[in-house]
Amino acid sequence: MVWDWLPTYAARFVEGFWITVQLFSLSLTFGFLLAIPIGLVQVTGPKWLGLIARGYCTLFRGTPLLIQLWLLYYGLGSIFPHFPALRESVIWPILIAAFPYAVVAFSLSVAAYEGHVMAGAFRSVPKNELEAGRAFGMGRFTLLWRIWLPRALQNVLPTLAGEAVLTLKSVPLASTITVFGVYGVGSIVRQDTYLIYEPLLFIAFIYLCLTGILVSLFGWLERRVPSESMK
Amino acid sequence: MDFIYNTIQLLYEWGPNFMRGTIATLQIAFGSYLLGILIGTFGAIGKLYGGRGLRLSLSVYTTLIRAVPELILILLIYYAGTSLLNTTLESLGFGTVDISGVAAGIIVIGIVQGAYQTEVIRGALISVPKQETDAGIAFGMSRTKVFRRILIPAMIPLALPGMANLWMICTKETALLAVVGFEELALVTKQAAGKTRLFLEAFTVAMFLYLCITLASNVIFKAIEKRTTRGHPKLDKQ
Repeated sequence: MVWDWLPTYAARFVEGFWITVQLFSLSLTFGFLLAIPIGLVQVTGPKWLGLIARGYCTLFRGTPLLIQLWLLYYGLGSIFPHFPALRESVIWPILIAAFPYAVVAFSLSVAAYEGHVMAGAFRSVPKNELEAGRAFGMGRFTLLWRIWLPRALQNVLPTLAGEAVLTLKSVPLASTITVFGVYGVGSIVRQDTYLIYEPLLFIAFIYLCLTGILVSLFGWLERRVPSESMK
Repeated sequence: MDFIYNTIQLLYEWGPNFMRGTIATLQIAFGSYLLGILIGTFGAIGKLYGGRGLRLSLSVYTTLIRAVPELILILLIYYAGTSLLNTTLESLGFGTVDISGVAAGIIVIGIVQGAYQTEVIRGALISVPKQETDAGIAFGMSRTKVFRRILIPAMIPLALPGMANLWMICTKETALLAVVGFEELALVTKQAAGKTRLFLEAFTVAMFLYLCITLASNVIFKAIEKRTTRGHPKLDKQ
């Protein structure tokens, strides 16, 4: 095992680590914010909206994230240059960078997986608790914010933790559209030094630590949320 | 309307390649799924009835595999596997071999699937009520007979939802092999897109094909679930 490359690339690994963490936390946040309405309209509200949400979940859960990523980056990315108006607009720098595409693709995927989970979670909240809220004169949003969402989240926190780990583990895919997180830097090392195992094992170790931290964070969150079995 | 015209053109020129890619994807997915079930069955039995050493090494295997990104695992298993095989062959006096894409893909993804299957099957095995196996023992059945005639049939409906989930993951995971350079649907799509410059059209076709695989699998698993739970009391539909 040869590890003398590590000091040379340390700075780039730190940079890559930062990108990995940013990509992960941004997509988890945006994805979760999208997942709430996607889950909600499948349980309540107009039927056509629910059908669209269900179709969205089926489409994004039924196809590989890699293809979604490539479709967005190469597919949509090849269309934008055809509009001269876009080229001169202020958002053009965003449209030619790879990182925003990765965030959008990952968020859409997270939204689909967690939206599916949230639909089940909203459905599992007992009807009488919502009725109790209404009887107290709560408006729709107060009811959602104070009763429906917290009760739904309480039930599915372990599932959401699992989904979060799966999202973290798919972050290396972003290196295929030139977003070089930890994995991307590792591939650069592999190309420069012709070492195969050392950089791969190093990245695997970093991800192992990240997964561990994530799991314990969710564990801490779960312990803070009161559950029925812990009376 | 350019989009529709271009898609038809693309399918006309690259249709057979897409077909081959889909078949390769299905082959790899099917093979690695079966390998995963095989590993999972032995893994689950080992975890439940094995000795201390076996149990420890199995839990290291399932924990590590489930915590490290699939892409890294695929690279590691692929490089380590081929070099291990070739050094073994060389030390035995044979020449080195190039492992075919399909076989390597099956083994690589199969090992990853095995870790998840181990957990699914172990969970299902411990959920079978103890009285059912006790009844078998009371009738004088041998251990293997109890396993074959009672434990396995009672465990399948419990494991099926998890196993259906793993099949979906398995079909989608084959796309990762494109990064290593295996000729399957994702890589064929990338080649077609690069050659024709029809990026949007090519990736849309790939999305559609993957979606078809998923929807067809859904139907098949529903049918299997219906058959394996026949005679069970109907639970409330959520």
